[in-house]
Amino acid sequence: MTIRFGASAHRLWAMILKEFIQMRRDRLTFAMMVGIPLIQLILFGFAINSDPRHLPMAVLDSDRGPFGRALVASMQTSRYFDLVRFVASEDEADALLAEGKVQFVVSIPVDFSRRVARGERPALLVEADATDPAATLGALGALETMARTALDRDLTGSLAGLKASAPPFELRIHRRYNQEADTQYNVVPGLMGVVLTMTLVIMTALAVTRERERGTMENLLVMPLRPIEVMLGKIAPYVVVGYIQVAVIVITARLVFAVPIVGSLWLLTLTSVVFIAANLAIGFTFSTVAKNQTQAMQLSFFFFLPSILLSGFMFPFRGMPLWAQYLGEILPLTHFLRVVRGIMLKGNGPGEIAAEVAALAVILLVVSVVAVRRYRQTLD
Amino acid sequence: MTAAAPAIAVEGLSKSFGGRTVVDALSLTVPAGKIMGFLGPNGSGKTTTIRLLCGLLTPDSGRGTCLGLDILTQSPEIRRQIGYMTQKFSFYEDLSIVENLDFVSRVFDLADRKRKVAATLERLGLADRRDQLAGQLSGGWKQRLALAACILHEPRLLLLDEPTAGVDPKARREFWEQIHALAADGLTVLVSTHYMDEAERCHEIAYLAYGRLLARGTVAEVIAAAGLTTFTAQDSGTGAMRIADLARALAGLPGLDLVAPFGSALHVGGGDAALLRHSLAPFLANPDFVWREDAPTLEDVFIHLMGRSTDNFAGGAR
Repeated sequence: MTIRFGASAHRLWAMILKEFIQMRRDRLTFAMMVGIPLIQLILFGFAINSDPRHLPMAVLDSDRGPFGRALVASMQTSRYFDLVRFVASEDEADALLAEGKVQFVVSIPVDFSRRVARGERPALLVEADATDPAATLGALGALETMARTALDRDLTGSLAGLKASAPPFELRIHRRYNQEADTQYNVVPGLMGVVLTMTLVIMTALAVTRERERGTMENLLVMPLRPIEVMLGKIAPYVVVGYIQVAVIVITARLVFAVPIVGSLWLLTLTSVVFIAANLAIGFTFSTVAKNQTQAMQLSFFFFLPSILLSGFMFPFRGMPLWAQYLGEILPLTHFLRVVRGIMLKGNGPGEIAAEVAALAVILLVVSVVAVRRYRQTLD
Repeated sequence: MTAAAPAIAVEGLSKSFGGRTVVDALSLTVPAGKIMGFLGPNGSGKTTTIRLLCGLLTPDSGRGTCLGLDILTQSPEIRRQIGYMTQKFSFYEDLSIVENLDFVSRVFDLADRKRKVAATLERLGLADRRDQLAGQLSGGWKQRLALAACILHEPRLLLLDEPTAGVDPKARREFWEQIHALAADGLTVLVSTHYMDEAERCHEIAYLAYGRLLARGTVAEVIAAAGLTTFTAQDSGTGAMRIADLARALAGLPGLDLVAPFGSALHVGGGDAALLRHSLAPFLANPDFVWREDAPTLEDVFIHLMGRSTDNFAGGAR
């Protein structure tokens, strides 16, 4: 049976059949074919929420009056805000915002309740961490609506006249770190982490599998090289590659996207090495698992997907359910995003990013141990 | 280590993969300074044995020494003193000859590195091509590069796994000249091969089939020990029967362990001389052929040994 263009259905079938047999033999590929769509579905379906609620809030209550308390209570009722703690000073509030421990600080001024009662419409200051404008958008919208009605229940008797028309106080929203709520300010520094994750993991994942596929691994094994020497030797050149990428992205972010760099570039350079090394160690571990370069690519992709979706790069981290947040904490990108956004947008210093860098260091250490243990010195 | 101590002495080495015994209670001694040929059909366990010797694989059971070092516990030390040439070219094709050798010399942390690389390039005639990429070399030159990389660190034992597979006869001859020159310098060489002429260039040979050592000794000893009787029938050109007809008629007769056509001649043989003569009797009288009893060759012996051992790998996909 011959179809046009001189193609034979038999020959075509021979090719198709062969491909299926090979597909079946490659178990990892087969697992990926089922696993990737499944993971995508679960992640997209359950974890991702672009209108996050339960955002942590700190309250600086200098009034300690009934209206302030009522306001905080109704904010919590809206489910957008979770009161994490009361703070005593502005410095304390600033520190919490800088470290990313809270997303909002509500400052209730002195005499707030009394001035509301007098109908003076006092100002209520809400500071929002706007590094990720999308994360605060919903909450701030809800806040404005709420401001009109928040105190309605408490405005009774002689105060009832304050209801209806204008809100009984003036809501001042102050977007910190990214006043224009420019999404690029958030995305561009984040892209640094994404690009590093993608390229570095793939590069090292291929580096060792290539040795195995080309047969040069046997020679490496028989030579007096220790696993740690092979691993560091494979990783070190790519640290340089990673730094070139960092430099390219920082320069482009500044020149093309006009992203402000508030913090220290030196600090960014210094902390990047931990993140770069962690990614390379992950790639190396993949290459000890993968049997060929195709599998190494698949494993890298398998890792890359949650890195993008669960790290807070694409969707607000706090919008995810807790289990997804825990999963996100395992990914180096999650921590690096906080570091890079913290340094570039918030001007974070060493103290504020120490916890995130420590988390990266722990990931690096654990992965390295796994990699070195998995690396076989024999062909058994 | 005294001169008399063997370079390799292993006892009862066994290794199996997924329930298949690839090396079965192998005991082998290779005297220092000798070239030992390692022969056997494909899949007979030669490569696995070599890998066990250099510590790339861990034996399931058995023990032994390589250069006086325990293969179970001292493989890092062994690896420093041996040169292992893999069956498949395993240097970097995207590096030049000299870059490959530089890499190896650095890994071994050789003193006087540059001079040694230059001397090795010279010794193997690679100096003119030093900057060519390994991937662009022909089979013969690749093999020279591999040998150069293996002897760079001045090992005391060379393990060569089918080094001359796919290499032209001239390059093979030159390779063997190198091997003999190295052995003359005191190196011990264990070399696996499928070529009979190469086997005959070795001081001793060991024949492995299905993981078991079937024969060992000099070529003459191995041939004598096999106790084969062989005949060659030449087509006289007069009769109706041709060589192919004779081969068909003889196949399967008792006592005929090997029946192999060589052009216009047929080579037959068997381990039981009396039975062979009995089966051949009707054909010996046939005027269509001229018969001659001759000495068995090494190849006859191997094919005979192979026919006797059983294939324990048959069946099952990998």
